[in-house]
Amino acid sequence: MVEDKRLSTKLWAFANWFLIGFFLLNLLAMIAAVVTSSFATRWLGTWLPAGWTTRWYSAAWAEFQLHDVLFVTFQIVFLVVLFSGLIGVPAAYALARRDFPGKKLVMLLFLLPLLVPPITFGIPLATVLYRLNLAGSMSGVVLANLVPTVPFVILVMIPFIEQIDTKIEAAARVFGANTFKLFIHVLLPLLMPGILAALLLVLVRTIAMFELTFLTAGPTSQTLVVALYYAVFAAGVRAVQSIDAMAVVYMVTTLIWLVIALRFVNPTQIVARAKR
Amino acid sequence: MSAVEIPLKQRLAARGLDGLTMLVLPAVFFVLALFIYPFLYGLFLSFTPKEGGTFANYAKFFSDSFLYGTIATTLWLALPVTIATLVLAVPIAFRVRLLKRQRLLTTLLVIPITLGTVLVAEGLLNYLGPQGWFNRTLMTFGLISTPIKLLHNYWGVMLSLVITGFPFTFLLTLSYLTGIDPALEQAGATLGAGPWERFKHILFPLLLPGLAITFCLSFVQAFSVFPSAVLLGAPAGPTRVISIAAYQAAFEEYDYSMASAIAMIMGMVQLAIVVAVLAARGLLYRGPAGGGKG
Repeated sequence: MVEDKRLSTKLWAFANWFLIGFFLLNLLAMIAAVVTSSFATRWLGTWLPAGWTTRWYSAAWAEFQLHDVLFVTFQIVFLVVLFSGLIGVPAAYALARRDFPGKKLVMLLFLLPLLVPPITFGIPLATVLYRLNLAGSMSGVVLANLVPTVPFVILVMIPFIEQIDTKIEAAARVFGANTFKLFIHVLLPLLMPGILAALLLVLVRTIAMFELTFLTAGPTSQTLVVALYYAVFAAGVRAVQSIDAMAVVYMVTTLIWLVIALRFVNPTQIVARAKR
Repeated sequence: MSAVEIPLKQRLAARGLDGLTMLVLPAVFFVLALFIYPFLYGLFLSFTPKEGGTFANYAKFFSDSFLYGTIATTLWLALPVTIATLVLAVPIAFRVRLLKRQRLLTTLLVIPITLGTVLVAEGLLNYLGPQGWFNRTLMTFGLISTPIKLLHNYWGVMLSLVITGFPFTFLLTLSYLTGIDPALEQAGATLGAGPWERFKHILFPLLLPGLAITFCLSFVQAFSVFPSAVLLGAPAGPTRVISIAAYQAAFEEYDYSMASAIAMIMGMVQLAIVVAVLAARGLLYRGPAGGGKG
């Protein structure tokens, strides 16, 4: 297209870039403030702290029992990833390959948990789980977290599966493979990139999932983000730097997985979850 | 020829129901058991209050200003946030669309979404505080003389919602926008339309249906604000949003019946706005956004 050289166009472009720069600057400054504070000895009323130390990390590690919290977090995340894969991928396969009466209804059923915000369905869900004596334990947290992740895996996997040529499957069938063998020897290897991407996104989402874990977790089944919430909520009891150190631990945990996930997926996929 | 009995299995398979289709069942049962059933259970529970008649919970909600006021409080947060993020996101998405390398920018924008609301709240407590870098910078430039109060009031929650909401809105808008064939815009340019006319007559009408969906998703996210309203706002007063009321009913008063009623009302308000927006969307152009011959 012809380059537009008018002043108004240039001003408009400048205003746009200024806005995006302003947003990113504030975002990065906010993160930097947390990191700086976590290494600060004393930081009151100045641009930078009086001195630097790493002792808040050991303090936070001991105070908030971070090793327990991290262990619980990884257990929960691992179970959620495993089960959402095991339930989601076969369902996605069936939906990608078969047209059956009521398919639209089934798709709507899987779309709903992604569209309804967690806190809205979390409260009735927590009530049911408490009645069944499942809430307050790890199984309750895992079950609650699976509610949005199973549909998420299904919706991410369907286009991946649709890309695979049905002739490959037909060939495997001709040679006598049953559905299970077909899955293990043909589909799984072909689908690995897609499954990996979907499960990594589930992993990132589960680490950051606050509402559902918060509503169903007991004292021994808190994940990192819920422990962080309680620490910030009870601010004043502990040193600010100690809470910030915990926040940095949380940030690092999340961002490592985000970086790994971004090697396999397009960043917009993290957002456009319900798009088909 | 008399009707040959086709076995049931084959008749079902012809309609797409065979062993393979059954693979969908575990997921269907799972969502039915842990999403649909709790919703129905919650609905049922909301009509069996601790005391009073069937509608006692709803009557209580709509007669107590401390409870029904939360709807207005939440709308007063969620609607401005949604509109602000959309107004920001649309021009920026138009700009970024023209870039060849969007990946770094989109990655940076994904960060606040992955960090989540709790961390953003915790970061803003430090950053926006009276001694934080934000106020300090403004004072250094002489824009303000005393620190502005941005925490534990409406603005703290508003800003945190914009920070977590803007990337979401932006990336969604961008993905809709890249779905519009550039040939349509080029055709407009060939016929002599300037940038504003191309936007007004070509791109914006094509984008509107996508924007309606974006509006719904962003609004629903903002309407269910919880951690930042507690941590950054004034949860007893100006930012006592509806999710706080529901949480308090469930986990502080242990009145699950009332909590379910509030959750149902929360869902209803969200649904009402979404239905209104989608109904308006039905009036818009919904044809193809591709430019091919068809």
